[in-house]
Amino acid sequence: MPALAREVGGDDTAGRLVRLFTLTGGRTRPSRTDFTLITTVTAVDPPPERAPRPQPEQARILRRCARPIAVAELAAHLDLPVSVVAIMLCDLLEAGLITVHPPHPVTPRTPDLDLLQKVRDGLGRL
Amino acid sequence: MAGSETTVEAVAPPDTVKILIAGGFGVGKTTMVGSVSEIAPLRTEEPLTVAGLGIDDLNGIEEKQATTVALDFGRITISRELVLYLFGTPGQQRFWFMWNDLAIGALGAVVLVDVRRPESSFAAIDFFERRGIPFVVGVNGFHGEHPYPAEDIRDALALPADVRVLLCDARERESCRDVLIALVDQLIVAAKTA
Ligand SMILES: Nc1nc2c(ncn2[C@@H]2O[C@H](COP(=O)(O)OP(=O)(O)OP(=O)(O)O)[C@@H](O)[C@H]2O)c(=O)[nH]1
Ligand SMILES: [Mg+2]
Repeated sequence: MPALAREVGGDDTAGRLVRLFTLTGGRTRPSRTDFTLITTVTAVDPPPERAPRPQPEQARILRRCARPIAVAELAAHLDLPVSVVAIMLCDLLEAGLITVHPPHPVTPRTPDLDLLQKVRDGLGRL
Repeated sequence: MAGSETTVEAVAPPDTVKILIAGGFGVGKTTMVGSVSEIAPLRTEEPLTVAGLGIDDLNGIEEKQATTVALDFGRITISRELVLYLFGTPGQQRFWFMWNDLAIGALGAVVLVDVRRPESSFAAIDFFERRGIPFVVGVNGFHGEHPYPAEDIRDALALPADVRVLLCDARERESCRDVLIALVDQLIVAAKTA
């Protein structure tokens, strides 16, 4: 198995980066920070009538989130960096084409016993 | 994608939580994620220039010797309403800037230790201790061998008494599940005494 953190150098990567920047219109950061790795997104079905016709890459994303899917899974399936997918999801959210479900909030100071018990029970059933 | 396109039922999105699988380079993190995940581990790759090293336009990208940092992860469906994700953290120390982001909102972490070179996971232990992120230590006995009892490893790593240490085999599903259960049990104990 290859090392997890592997480096890819040279021309291929540069070309890929240019392609990625094209997808995001040159943006490197999403305009909002709604999209963590485990935020789930779902395509709005049917899409709102006023929504603009999605670009091909957007259409690919929308097909992938016909059912709720986590941002990290979406990025892995699309073979795109999470940062790029997050920017594209911002556009889809602003166009009313997806809904966003944030992760269960976890704060170290105020642990959620009920949540922990559910996770514990689920692991016990494995 | 199975099923007819016209009758996709609205499915309520599940709540999601995550646990990190951390530790030094090559200690078995990806192996552990794969052992307990219900899906083959997925991978995303982030070009470091995009990941926030301050490139704001296309100028100069062609000349950049770009680097990619990969993240692999798996999934355990707890119930229809709750899904647990496991993220294997990048092992190489120079990619640790990513750990800060990964750690936000995590329930806790498993720090894997290679029984043959425990010092390679010192830095990971230090990372979670400093940030007050709860963790357990899984001692991965490569070749299934555990020459030292868990208490010796605890001493060698100078771990506090409330951090559980488990001997495990990253290739075995039940063994990895038990490490995760130990982490959650530890979280429950801490929550009850908080
Ligand atoms: N014999 C044996 N081999 C193992 C065990 N765990 C992992 N390996 C092997 O050790 C190598 C490294 O394991 P990985 O799971 O890739 O380790 P990692 O921590 O993800 O590595 P990085 O992401 O590169 O830091 C792989 O070839 C695994 O097949 C084990 O318990 N026993
Ligand atoms: Mg790995």
